[in-house]
Amino acid sequence: MISLNRVTRVFNSRDGDQVTALQDVSLEIGRNEFITLVGPSGCGKSTLLRIVAGLILPTAGRASIGGAEITEPRSETGIVFQAPTLLPWASVLDNVLFPLRMMHRIDSTSTDKAMALLKLVGLAGFEGKSPRELSGGMQQRVAICRALVHDPDILLMDEPFGALDALTREEMTMELLRIWSERPKTVLFVTHSITEAVVLADRVVVMSPRPGRIQEIIEIGLPRPRSFESEATPEFHEASQHIRQLIFGTRHVGPGRAAA
Amino acid sequence: MSVQAAPPLDERQKPPRRRKKSAALYEVVLPLIATAGLFLLWEAACRAFNIPGYLLPAPTEIWKDTMAIGPTVAGHTMATFKTVMLGFVVSILISLPLAVVLTASPAIAAAVYPFLVWTQSIPKVALAPILVVLLGTNELPRIVITVLVAFFPLVISVATGLLSVPPELIELSRACRASKLSELLRIRLPYAVPFIFAGLKVAISLAVVGAVVAEFVNADAGLGFLIQTSTAFFKVPVAFGALIILSVMGVVLFQIVVAAERIFFPWSSSNATPGA
Repeated sequence: MISLNRVTRVFNSRDGDQVTALQDVSLEIGRNEFITLVGPSGCGKSTLLRIVAGLILPTAGRASIGGAEITEPRSETGIVFQAPTLLPWASVLDNVLFPLRMMHRIDSTSTDKAMALLKLVGLAGFEGKSPRELSGGMQQRVAICRALVHDPDILLMDEPFGALDALTREEMTMELLRIWSERPKTVLFVTHSITEAVVLADRVVVMSPRPGRIQEIIEIGLPRPRSFESEATPEFHEASQHIRQLIFGTRHVGPGRAAA
Repeated sequence: MSVQAAPPLDERQKPPRRRKKSAALYEVVLPLIATAGLFLLWEAACRAFNIPGYLLPAPTEIWKDTMAIGPTVAGHTMATFKTVMLGFVVSILISLPLAVVLTASPAIAAAVYPFLVWTQSIPKVALAPILVVLLGTNELPRIVITVLVAFFPLVISVATGLLSVPPELIELSRACRASKLSELLRIRLPYAVPFIFAGLKVAISLAVVGAVVAEFVNADAGLGFLIQTSTAFFKVPVAFGALIILSVMGVVLFQIVVAAERIFFPWSSSNATPGA
């Protein structure tokens, strides 16, 4: 469904230098596949996500969704960021409805859709509350509802649980799997956490920094539905260990490092 | 404290109510006691040390002399109030669009910004007589001076507010393919509200200053005019009376802005802007 073919993105930094954030990234993502992107800071994960979102255009190469080249944001894509970034003046319900308002797609069924989503994430009864009355985890659930309200077929998540505490984070990971099983979408999920990457994904894309490129793509064969118990299986440990070696191995003995 | 108006949230009710009570004590009662104490001290000092009225009149003397020409003073107060309000409103009408334009285009910002700073570097007292020559002896130069004194901090704070939106929300807006206008109206302006009010609080205080500066130079009415004429005739108590009215006007107008923010944008005041 999403197809990246030798995508390269170069940024001009302020002092005139050119920084290659992504180099020759090729990736095919199938419909309703759950892909996680993992890698150290500066490996271009977020840039890749924004290219798929149509917020940034590739400098070279081709990014397409369903065969159509991505040249601008597409309305059937939902985005969740690291910070919930809810509107402080609007109620939870209005925050969920916000993308529909911005797209002028609000109609008589919108409120029902939003309420159903809030129920799905366990926030039924909170629709009239103001965002600051909610905890960080609850705010991020609202942000997930906001990303799903226009029923997109692609969900892009940029470290969505990165700002949450460890316990809430684990809870939200399972919660996301449940939501995904009830409303299947093609998900591209950026994370720093190897555990999170493995437990969520069909395939984990491991990236290496400077310039950002795909190091290896790892199939995760863990059966679904997954749970905390999945993390106790040998397959899980094997995959995690492999990813860890990929990331930290290059960090210490990579050829680029010695030169720098 | 009002007993009703308790929203359904029962477990969250108690702490805020207690806070409200102590807030009323801290924000109203204590300042009033402190002010009354200060005036008493002033009165006592004037009497004890026999300070002559043309140097430092006692509060009772100020009250007596000012009330003696009560209707005249009321007329002067209204004149100043009119200049302050017109200047304040014009400042808002100029500042909001100007801040929007400044933040929308770096090119315009680069072109206009030096002029803005330039208007601020000119001493308004020096500019006032020139403006009278330019614009005539009427209300207009007074309003222009008031606006020149008041609008700058408002432009800066509104512009800061418009740029304070988290970049993710702008990306979200772009991802929704929203127009620049709805991005401005639905995201940037509401986000700027706490900043706008911070600017309004500074602007309303400065508008009072600007109006008086203008009246010193060119006026036949107003509290600034009253202070000048009464000191010229050594009617110092009346000058003090005008001064006190001016300060009360400043405080009341400031508090009206604070109250307007609390009433119309309750989510904003807790966003903790300085002042209030």
